[in-house]
Amino acid sequence: MTTTPVRTAAPVARGPVSTALLSVLTGPEDTPEAAYRELASAVENAVETTQDVLADEDLQLSLFLLYLLHYGPAEFVTGNREWDPELLRIRAVLEARFESELRERVPMPDPMPQDGTELVDTMFAITGGAEKPTLATWLARHPSEEILREFLIHRSIYTLREADPHSWGIARLRGRAKAALVEIQSDEYGGGRPDRVHATIFAQSMRGFGLDDTLDHYLDLVPAPTLASMNVMSLFGLHRRLRGAIAGHLAAFEMTSSIPNKYYGRAFRKLGYGEDVTWYYDEHVEADAVHEQIAARDLAGALAQEEPELLQDVLFGAAACLYVDGLMGDHMLECWSNERSSLREVEPAAAL
Amino acid sequence: MREERPEDPTPEDPVVITPCPNGPLLVRGDVMIAPEPGAEPQKPPRRVVALCRCNMSSIAPFCDGSHKLANFRTRPPRYNIGSPREDADESD
Ligand code: FES
Ligand SMILES: [Fe+2]
Ligand SMILES: [Fe+2]
Repeated sequence: MTTTPVRTAAPVARGPVSTALLSVLTGPEDTPEAAYRELASAVENAVETTQDVLADEDLQLSLFLLYLLHYGPAEFVTGNREWDPELLRIRAVLEARFESELRERVPMPDPMPQDGTELVDTMFAITGGAEKPTLATWLARHPSEEILREFLIHRSIYTLREADPHSWGIARLRGRAKAALVEIQSDEYGGGRPDRVHATIFAQSMRGFGLDDTLDHYLDLVPAPTLASMNVMSLFGLHRRLRGAIAGHLAAFEMTSSIPNKYYGRAFRKLGYGEDVTWYYDEHVEADAVHEQIAARDLAGALAQEEPELLQDVLFGAAACLYVDGLMGDHMLECWSNERSSLREVEPAAAL
Repeated sequence: MREERPEDPTPEDPVVITPCPNGPLLVRGDVMIAPEPGAEPQKPPRRVVALCRCNMSSIAPFCDGSHKLANFRTRPPRYNIGSPREDADESD
């Protein structure tokens, strides 16, 4: 089993923008002007009134759906929408708001590094906080069936497509940074062996746990912070202008992975799960200790050295990864330590 | 002289070992690893491996990131390969 089945049902809308967007995406192939107009005005209104784009369920779902057109598959979409100019225009309006909020809120290191060598040190410094990972250590201490189920569901949104958002960056890099990204991605994609593709190993963990490994199967259940975590990668990956940020994002991701994955593996083992479930985590303890070095030095460091004007964005991408994934982790931890579910409630009609 | 094996690296693709400051040794290329002296060499599951040099790893001989928790510090490389040993930094 090396490919994952596909979701066929449209997700449930979460507000006026996703309602209007879904009616375009699932409506007649020849979209009526009125449907575009309704979408455009919902978007104009939302970007002005939203208090917090990162926590906005309606806007994060809408961005997720617009990006989904590029990843696919999206069986519920009618027609060929990937390069629909009106949808691209809408996406740009949402992205402008999303990016400006990220630029405002993501804490940047002070002082800033001045060259690639200093950048590598800064990267190790800013990712150092994750050496004592709170979510991971908490999970290893308090694992329960219900909590690990929720954890896998949150992670499934990105991990069933693991590595794909960063692969958009390959074509946009040159030289040592490109080679480094390819070296990492090749390992993410199993080094040529379909059964070792990380997304496939993760799908096996989900099945081993009794979950459905269909892409986006649990989309309706995951809240805005989980979608924002994926959307930030798509934003960085799909714009050549932001190639520094996608490189920095991957570096920070890899640099905060080995140690937490050791704890995640421990949590599943504590409940008696076997290798079919824990392989994904064990694999990442070993693989990401390698990827961390390549990503920090040969990807992020070399890119900042070769294209100094990207240094700031490499760091921004790294800091945004830590910040946005931090919000997702905080949400889970907050809910679980108060004995609440971290997932959204779905109306009975949409129940899974 | 060892025998030629079909998986021997070609001269254009030698094994390269890179010591990472305060971290593992990255090993690239077609290597086999014997888990201990006398043991059967095995092919590692990935093209680049990180060998632990802090002795804190739970998956030795591979690195698992523990060097960061241990605040492991390496010395700068002692000499340039190909130069005489005397060229080394004499600061200690
Ligand atoms: S060098 Fe990384 S764990 Fe020892
Ligand atoms: Fe991976
Ligand atoms: Fe990785």
